[in-house]
Amino acid sequence: MSSPKGEVEIIEQYCKGCNICVAFCPTNVLEMDLFVVKAAKPEACIACMQCELRCPDFAIKVHKKEA
Amino acid sequence: MAYDYDSSIRPGKLPHIWCPGCGHGIVMKGLIRAMDTCELDRKNTAIVSGIGCASRLPGYLDACTLHTAHGRAAAFATGVKMAKPEMDVIVCGGDGDGTAIGGNHFIHACRRNINMTYVLMNNFIYGMTGGQFSPCTPTGDKASTTPYGNPDPIFDISKLAIGAGASFVARTTAFHATQIDKLIAEGIKHKGMAVIEILDDCPTTYGRRNKFRSVVEMMERLKDMAVPVAAAAKLPAEKLEGKILTGILHQEDKPEYTAQYAEVIKKAQGA
Ligand SMILES: Cc1ncc(C[n+]2csc(CCOP(=O)(O)OP(=O)(O)O)c2C)c(N)n1
Ligand code: SF4
Ligand code: SF4
Ligand code: SF4
Ligand SMILES: [Mg+2]
Repeated sequence: MSSPKGEVEIIEQYCKGCNICVAFCPTNVLEMDLFVVKAAKPEACIACMQCELRCPDFAIKVHKKEA
Repeated sequence: MAYDYDSSIRPGKLPHIWCPGCGHGIVMKGLIRAMDTCELDRKNTAIVSGIGCASRLPGYLDACTLHTAHGRAAAFATGVKMAKPEMDVIVCGGDGDGTAIGGNHFIHACRRNINMTYVLMNNFIYGMTGGQFSPCTPTGDKASTTPYGNPDPIFDISKLAIGAGASFVARTTAFHATQIDKLIAEGIKHKGMAVIEILDDCPTTYGRRNKFRSVVEMMERLKDMAVPVAAAAKLPAEKLEGKILTGILHQEDKPEYTAQYAEVIKKAQGA
């Protein structure tokens, strides 16, 4: 398995559990865990930034890794 | 790198007050990126709003911000721009604030073509006060004040702005996150009144009453509704039913109000 292209950081105290990031992640990295999102499959992140762009709550950051 | 939003936000202001999944937060991120793209000096940028959930936006931003009276954002913003034409002026607000109580101020700011950027978050409802219908609540939809379905036709905000004289009018949705900052940035660069209408979601007072089972369903709907103007030109009319056009809908060069007014001052001073 190739290494992930991005590292997902979740700011738990800001997350309101809206599920937007979970629904639109193309590689199913994210999962809802008692109304707070978690990176369940961090190794699958392709650093597409969809989650960070759409999170209304500034609760998710993706740090792109150097190739 | 993750995007640096923090530098644009007043310290200690997050988390914000908006409900889970409210699109106003997505718009706020887009506005921050647009201000960064245009390299706006926050000390020289006035961000003005009226009242409503959408109108809370400027309070989070580290810039010169002004939270005014319901519907009066365009009037206060006009005052700021006339007194300090060198400032970049941005208005943020909702469909209720901008097209119901503030409809008159909105159309006259468009008519004057004053150089400002108006980011109008259209979530089809008065969110803050519990979901009364606005001039943008779709016909047939439910609001707290239209329990049998709304009999009114809507204002098409973008068409209203074009008709009233705004020289830049664009539209997108809260789903189309990257388009939000691109269009706002184009609006900021444009010399004249720029209106960017952003179709938005209010899961709490609009979504629940109108059978959306989740925020994600509301996002999917915004995604499906949007057709870029260029693509729409090639589609037959029946394919465009129930759709809304997105992108830059109108742009023209025409006299800008503060410049016109500077001429008046010159004449009055006998120059
Ligand atoms: C003069 C006056 N009338 C009515 C109100 C009550 N009021 C507050 S916000 C609001 C509607 C806001 O709707 P909108 O601008 O669409 O913003 P949203 O909350 O949907 O983001 C109303 C009617 C008020 N604050 N002041
Ligand atoms: S950056 Fe893309 S792939 Fe990675 S978690 Fe976010 S949405 Fe999923
Ligand atoms: S989009 Fe943001 S607030 Fe919503 S679940 Fe994901 S991290 Fe949480
Ligand atoms: S009531 Fe609606 S508009 Fe207001 S914060 Fe909640 S979701 Fe957003
Ligand atoms: Mg509204």
